[in-house]
Amino acid sequence: MHAKKVLPIILMVFFTVLMIAGINLGEVPVVLEKAVKICLSCIGIG
Amino acid sequence: MDIRRWFQIIATMLSNAYWKFPLTHNLYQGPLKSVCLPSLNCYSCPAAIGACPLGAIQHFMASLRTGLQSGFYHFGLYVIGGLGVMGSMVGRLPCGWLCPFGFLQELIYKIPGPKFRISQRLTNVKFIFLALFIFILPFWVVDDLGYGMTWFCKFICPAGTLEAGIPMLLLVPDLRTLLGVLFYNKLLILIVFLGWMVISQRPFCRVACPLGAIYGLFNRSSLFRLTHDPDKCTGCQACFQDCPMGVRFYETANSTNCIRCLKCLRQSCQFDAISFEIGGISQGKNKPDKKKPAVA
Repeated sequence: MHAKKVLPIILMVFFTVLMIAGINLGEVPVVLEKAVKICLSCIGIG
Repeated sequence: MDIRRWFQIIATMLSNAYWKFPLTHNLYQGPLKSVCLPSLNCYSCPAAIGACPLGAIQHFMASLRTGLQSGFYHFGLYVIGGLGVMGSMVGRLPCGWLCPFGFLQELIYKIPGPKFRISQRLTNVKFIFLALFIFILPFWVVDDLGYGMTWFCKFICPAGTLEAGIPMLLLVPDLRTLLGVLFYNKLLILIVFLGWMVISQRPFCRVACPLGAIYGLFNRSSLFRLTHDPDKCTGCQACFQDCPMGVRFYETANSTNCIRCLKCLRQSCQFDAISFEIGGISQGKNKPDKKKPAVA
């Protein structure tokens, strides 16, 4: 029962840290850069 | 109308809220596109206002080699972390409540006709798609410059064909000159899945969706969990008969296939054998809608 309560919290903290690390490494502008362009080959055209 | 259906409608509209695209003939290019949506929604869809997490991860994997050589340590932690936070909170719940492509599959299944169940063995294929097409191939198979491809988007994703490929061809007719085998292959995959959606419930989610595979891994360890009371369960299998994912709840309460639509909890079980807990703390007894009689 204790693990049931603690594990989700540990996972949430771990993945929040990952997300923050990604933001600090400058990944947000990379996502934006890819998402604002039409990637023709990505949608099967070209 | 069921509250979940409202969630699906609103989530679909919010995910695709850029309704000026028929005038601009282009994608939304604002800052919201830096945020990954929690569901499968192609970011090349002209109406999409957010990024697709699967597309974003593939892009990170595809450019990881050259990035490392250039001193850019972009592993996709921003996207993987975001999915992990969502998964560790609610598991696969976004599939059942927020995903536009899941919503579409539920609507298409309403078309009358013969219906068939999907073998549980096939549901493990999505983990192969996840490992191979999202991580391994984009990273491993690179061109002369060291860049990989977005394998799942390019060769498989029927959501991308439906939400982005076909709309873009309608919006920008010049693109039709670029059509080739790649597009027709993807169109065939889309047609196969659309046909399958008529006869089986959520075939893409169950067999091929890598995002569902990621969220599903969290189902057993998420903050929000469903619980099964074997003392109250009569084994009537009403939950199994109603489950859109073919989950035998009485055998595996938090199966990786469960999308937490809560149909079993709210409608199927007449014996209070299904309830939920948050962080290991039970949230009271189930009060089913009693919309139909118990199946003995």
